Amino acid sequence: MENMNSKYTIIIAIVAIAIIISSVAAYVFLSKPPTTSSASINLQGAGATFPYPFLNAIITKYSTDVKPNVLVNYQSIGSGGGIAALKQPTPTVDFAASDAPLSATDTANIPNALHIPETIGAVTIAYNLPGVTSGLHLTGKVIADIFQGTITEWNDPAIQNLNPDTMLPAQTINTVHRSDGSGTTFIFTGYLSASSTSWNTAVGQGKSVSWPVGTGSSGNTGVASSVNGIQYSIGYVELAYILENGMTVAAVQNLAGNWIQPSLESTQLAVQSGASSGLPAGDASWTNVSLLNAPDANAYPIVSFTYLLSYKELNEIPGMTQDKATALVQFLWYVVHDGQDLAPGLSYAKLPSNVVQIDEATIRSITFNGQQLPTT
Amino acid sequence: VDKALKQLHPQKFFTKIRSKLTGDFLFKNLAAIVAASAVVILLITGYVLTTGSVPVVQKLGANFFFGNAWNPVEGRELFGALPYLMGTLVTSGIALLIGVPLSLGIAVFLVEMAPRTLRVPISYLVELLAAVPSVIYGLWGLFIFRYWILDYIEKPLSTYLGWIPIFSGTPFGLDIFTAGVILAIMIIPTVASISKEVISAVPNSIREGAYSIGATKWEVIRHWVISYGRSGIFGAVILGLGRAVGETMAVSMLIGNATGPAAMPTSLFRPSQTMASLIANGFLEATGSLEVAAYIGVGLILLLMSLAINVGAGILVHRVLKVKGGAVE
Repeated sequence: MENMNSKYTIIIAIVAIAIIISSVAAYVFLSKPPTTSSASINLQGAGATFPYPFLNAIITKYSTDVKPNVLVNYQSIGSGGGIAALKQPTPTVDFAASDAPLSATDTANIPNALHIPETIGAVTIAYNLPGVTSGLHLTGKVIADIFQGTITEWNDPAIQNLNPDTMLPAQTINTVHRSDGSGTTFIFTGYLSASSTSWNTAVGQGKSVSWPVGTGSSGNTGVASSVNGIQYSIGYVELAYILENGMTVAAVQNLAGNWIQPSLESTQLAVQSGASSGLPAGDASWTNVSLLNAPDANAYPIVSFTYLLSYKELNEIPGMTQDKATALVQFLWYVVHDGQDLAPGLSYAKLPSNVVQIDEATIRSITFNGQQLPTT
Repeated sequence: VDKALKQLHPQKFFTKIRSKLTGDFLFKNLAAIVAASAVVILLITGYVLTTGSVPVVQKLGANFFFGNAWNPVEGRELFGALPYLMGTLVTSGIALLIGVPLSLGIAVFLVEMAPRTLRVPISYLVELLAAVPSVIYGLWGLFIFRYWILDYIEKPLSTYLGWIPIFSGTPFGLDIFTAGVILAIMIIPTVASISKEVISAVPNSIREGAYSIGATKWEVIRHWVISYGRSGIFGAVILGLGRAVGETMAVSMLIGNATGPAAMPTSLFRPSQTMASLIANGFLEATGSLEVAAYIGVGLILLLMSLAINVGAGILVHRVLKVKGGAVE
């Protein structure tokens, strides 16, 4: 009897699953708009998770309002995965996104790679100090010493001297860092390397590094939750996350000596003044490009580009056609122009005009079989 | 009969044979293919992990297995898997230390003591625990459970017994101990429900015999029931250990994810890392070829360790424990 019952249960379960699957399939197939059936062009992209919400908003708007026949599919599998997907001999994507510029070894595998700065990342120093609810003053050197474990107490003279009017507790500092490899860590450790020679020699810059002390948490959310949950802790979090969720962050001293709170404005100022001293051409090496410690008096110091990457000559990508190449160029053009208007609403900083001009030159230089492509 | 058929109606005979053959042939081969696929998948996994980890072993040699540095920074690459191997062993050990006695208690209670009305709902609930996804355990651990551990266990222990090395360090709830306790909770349903089946398979004649010579309930359970089913219980523990060793999500949310020398599990109240959580954390954004190889190498060590646990357990069950006749394995 029991056997019979369980048999019926299994049969009912299978039938139920089959019904669910077929109804989902029917919904997917029937609800597909007819415009995308025949002449649609598919662009594949992959890469960094940081710009994903921004890119996704642009892609959705582009496919609904601008070019309904162009479908852009962006997979946020991480910068490393995106770069790997763009590599010769078999690139599987049409463009990649990365928080860090290509390294020398990557450049060898992506001949004539183009860097197109698409939005800006800023890293904030978030802390949890009962009683100190805003604007703790920190310098790059002190931050490096904290994360290196040479400053261990909140009332260390090095911190107290920067904050003469604040009562700092005699408590051990707990540092929180990203446990997953990330562009945020790349920017942050780059800043620490630039600020402290001892950090530069002992640890250095990378998407993940050998942290001398502290707890690791996954993602901006993980770090934020650890900082919020553990008193007397300090961590670094992407600006967009802070603006959306609200956390206590430090004012960091910039090159001009001012204490700057991270914001979209101070980030944009940093890019504008950092880029004014000159950026490489789109197809040159960007390995050493840095927006850290920009000269403007009100620039936030821990800022970096995130990039879209593609080929200068699109016939390097298998399966590329004239139509597809045109669609890709026009999409890239849209990202650095109209797409930028979506940035502030999503807590990303807009590209300043001098960077947009450099991007324009880069996108115009893209060819397919040696022929230039129309940008609009 | 077939012989007669062959002579009288050769045509019919051969159709019969053929249909029998094709049916059997198909079924036999299908079954063989399905069975072989398990072996093939294991071999392919082993092959891919081995070839993938060649660069790091060539470059670093034994240092990859016994070193404790983990530095992916370009130009300074140095990888050592020892801290994560130790982290895996220590967290799984804590899970077994806490989880196995609890599971046995649950199993014994359900079979030997619980009234019939409680037995079904409780065992159903215990099995339901196994259906909770590990990320839910991780989230619950991260937002709620770690504060309990921190306030009621770690802080008192570190205040009064902090001079003992394994309780040293400043506790903040994201460490080896919390990860081990969550793992213990996660292996309870596996160990408890299998142990329950094992214990209920112990023949009643054994219990009756023990009671008849005057044994107390405790003695019956301790000396006859558990001892009779020990190889089965051991098997249940090994299944639990397998889950603890491979668990990724919940562990990486709670263990603190230290890397390098800091990840060496020297104290229960320090952040560490297991092999599974290390791979989950770092593999996606790994860029350098040596870094990718290092993660694959850690994966290979994890695979070898899991295989060793299973093979070792099999040998133990058959050789050392000497299966008693009729006992459930």
